[in-house]
Amino acid sequence: MITQQRSLSGSSQSPRSPSAQPFLSVSVTDPAKMGNGVQAYISYKVITKTNLPEYQGPEKIVIRRYTDFVWLRDRLFERYRGIFIPPLPEKNTVEKFRFSAEFIEMRRQALDIFVNRIASHHELQQSEDLRTFLQADEQTMERARSQETGIFKKKPTDLMQIFKEVQSKVSDVVLGKEKPVEECNPEYEKLKHYIFELEDHLAEAQKHAYRLVKRHRELGQSLSDFGKAVNLLGACEGNALGKVFSELGAKSEMLSIKLQKEAHHLLMNFEEPLKDYVRAVQSIKATIAERANAFRQQCELAETIKLKEIDLDRLRVTRSEKLPEAERDYEVLKADGEEATRRFETIVKLMNEEIVRFQEQKTTDMGVAFHEFAKGQARLANGIADAWRSLLPKLEACSSS
Amino acid sequence: MGSQINASREELESLVLDDSLTAKSYSNYKSAMTTLADSRFHHHPLSPPITTTPADSDPLLFPPSPPSPPSPKHDDIRSPKYSDDSYVKPPPYADVVLSPLDVDDSGFEVNGIESPNKNSEKSTFLSRSSSSSSSSSEYLKIQVSNPQKEVESSNSLVPGANTYVTYLITTRTNLADYGGPEFIVRRRFKDVVTLSDRLSESYRGFFIPPRPDKSVVESQVMQKQEFVELRRVALERYLKRLAAHPVIRKSDELRVFLQVQGKLPLVRSTDVASRMLDGAVNLPKQLIGDYSGRSVIGVQDVVQPAKGGRDLLRIFKELKQSVSNDWGGAKPPVEEEDKEFLGQKERLRYLEQQIVNASQQAESLVKAQQDMGDTLGGLGLAFIKLTKFENENAALNTQRIRAADMKNVATAAVKGSRLYRGLNAQTVNHLDTLHDYLGLMLAVDTAFADRSSALLTVQTLLSDLSSLHSKVERLKTSSSKRFGDNSRIHKMEELKETIRVTEDAKNCAIRQYERIKENNRSEIERLDRERKDEFVNMLKGFVSNQVSYMERIGNEWAKIVEDTSQYAEDSA
Repeated sequence: MITQQRSLSGSSQSPRSPSAQPFLSVSVTDPAKMGNGVQAYISYKVITKTNLPEYQGPEKIVIRRYTDFVWLRDRLFERYRGIFIPPLPEKNTVEKFRFSAEFIEMRRQALDIFVNRIASHHELQQSEDLRTFLQADEQTMERARSQETGIFKKKPTDLMQIFKEVQSKVSDVVLGKEKPVEECNPEYEKLKHYIFELEDHLAEAQKHAYRLVKRHRELGQSLSDFGKAVNLLGACEGNALGKVFSELGAKSEMLSIKLQKEAHHLLMNFEEPLKDYVRAVQSIKATIAERANAFRQQCELAETIKLKEIDLDRLRVTRSEKLPEAERDYEVLKADGEEATRRFETIVKLMNEEIVRFQEQKTTDMGVAFHEFAKGQARLANGIADAWRSLLPKLEACSSS
Repeated sequence: MGSQINASREELESLVLDDSLTAKSYSNYKSAMTTLADSRFHHHPLSPPITTTPADSDPLLFPPSPPSPPSPKHDDIRSPKYSDDSYVKPPPYADVVLSPLDVDDSGFEVNGIESPNKNSEKSTFLSRSSSSSSSSSEYLKIQVSNPQKEVESSNSLVPGANTYVTYLITTRTNLADYGGPEFIVRRRFKDVVTLSDRLSESYRGFFIPPRPDKSVVESQVMQKQEFVELRRVALERYLKRLAAHPVIRKSDELRVFLQVQGKLPLVRSTDVASRMLDGAVNLPKQLIGDYSGRSVIGVQDVVQPAKGGRDLLRIFKELKQSVSNDWGGAKPPVEEEDKEFLGQKERLRYLEQQIVNASQQAESLVKAQQDMGDTLGGLGLAFIKLTKFENENAALNTQRIRAADMKNVATAAVKGSRLYRGLNAQTVNHLDTLHDYLGLMLAVDTAFADRSSALLTVQTLLSDLSSLHSKVERLKTSSSKRFGDNSRIHKMEELKETIRVTEDAKNCAIRQYERIKENNRSEIERLDRERKDEFVNMLKGFVSNQVSYMERIGNEWAKIVEDTSQYAEDSA
């Protein structure tokens, strides 16, 4: 399974010394189709193995569906502003593909990565919402899901819409369309531009990766067809030649299967990680939006406080009866202002740490993806060479006879 | 931000990778691939194939090593050759230096002669003569080059309206009939059509290589230059095939075409229109020579097949005959009794279907390989851009490490892309044999059609004879009172004369028919024999190319696997 983090999770590890090292290991498995018709959905088994005291026992299995994962992501996003929340796979509403085996497997893998990343993040892993997600029974889970607060009151399907709005707002801010409240932080500016451009570059790479998967399938198909045609052609010829033709046909068929396998391998181990990379960058953009919000709030409150001070002075001079109330209001405002500042500064601090973690993680993730890509291509090429090579002596024999 | 495939291809070509060798060879690919992309899918699979390699590099020359074709220049008659040997043991390609190599001083490729190590050459039935009766020391080498625009000299009111293109045809030979080692003439496409028509008249029953299409549509749609180049290549291929046919290479028609300066002295198809319109009665007159000054037409002209639109009466008669053959129920006087031939015909028809099918699948395979190369290249390019981007914005070391990893992958992808395209160029070369055979199967159909029409002529003449004999009988028994003795005797004489002439014509037709039957037979034998070798060579070439290119591709990726192996260990 996928964990490069050194901390707690590592679902492939079984607890060697349960009491010594604290660990939290999660896996998402066994997708199963539930329900019928339009209401049908996929459910997953989420298996938690841990020795942490906050959890109920060494092992727990719960059943979760995609919307539960979305709930978790939204809760974490709300609570841990500044942290790059691991991305979720997209909600695919195209009926045709929703229940294809490949799609289900891709999603399962992505969900597994998602939960594991949370479980291995030193802050996020302490979240109570995570514990709920990993342990609560179905009814509790459903109740929690329906108690959405904040900007996520809307149904999960609309989350994409919200993110899009946030993104466009952030773009506006980044592009300078919205004048007023922006940080004057050149380094942060650079970071924002980097993130936005990075998304474009990655999206293009991912597009090519996806096309490459298709090419493998197409090549496999045409090789298979070619082999069949050569087979038929061989039937027109005499013994020795005909046999060689049909062997060529057989090899073509075999290689066609290899190509289909490689296409799948590419999809899961190269294209998916690239997509995941893109999603991660989008998640960062959401955090950027949060930071912009927090900054704006801080500025607005600062403005309001200043105005209030002027107001207070006026009231003091006029010895108005409204003074005490105004003073109380002022205190509240001051507290809010400090809260807003604190919130903003937390986000800034967290983001700085997160960027480092993000870059580290991505280098590792891509390193693994590249390795798998290269492995698959090498394996395919060598397989093709070997298969054809075995045919050469027979062809040789044909021409001399 | 998505980059077009075409744009990325250009960018790819201008990419300088660390491996400068590959880069050099790739830029030479460009012309090959342009030709490939443009011409590959724009012609009817059944027409004689347009070459898919640059102008002067003939498939006969290409062993399956990575090519570096020169850019096509019309007057560049040098063809590249490769130091690579037999493909049976693929050499380590890492050491191959790709450059236009030693050139045979004649600059010509040798047709039909197999050199010991070059059994990797794709040679087709249509262009080999190794198994022919001619000794392997005889050669006939032809090259087509230097297209030029010329103006129709005859009366044209509008200046420049009637222009046509001529091609320089250079021949080198040691065949005795030619009486010289080298000849250079200028011919236009119309001349080629004439040559082709005359050959099909003179060599009925033979599998005559089909000439290039007139390509009217293409000539309108394509750029003039492109079209002329395609045509030049097609003409060269055609003439080479003629020169490789064991019988046709010795023909006068071909020799005249290649040798005689100035206007081509081959007469257009004999026009027997007028003689037939006068009716069958006049036929004998025309056969012995008529008195109105028109040229004597030999009996053998009668036994030429009826030409469309001209030998009207003859066509009607033969049509009547064939209808009565089909529907009359009565057995025609001579019928195709050769069951063995009918069996062969059936077999070859089935073969033709399989060749059509195989060549279609070959086209899809080529397209799929092309697409794979393109996409791999696009991916490499995207990663290179990403690498640059990361390096420019690197604030952390992890970014630089990732950028370095990415660059390696990108390089491998671009190299892989080039290798795929190289593989594809060779694949096209080899699988082109299938396309050539499509053209050949057309020639087979024509040869069998020659046989049918010759048989039809025999049947028609037999039918004529039979009705003439009936007329004689009727005349004998009719009352002399009706016509008077003199008139009856005169008519009888006429009839007897007609019968005599028709007998001669019939014998001639039968001889012609037998000759065609024999031609068919020997050609089928030759076809079966040579096809076996052609196809084996085709498959050998195809397979060994796959082996050598895939080995190289595997090696490129193996390096990356090695370089990134620590990531696998870490996550294990």
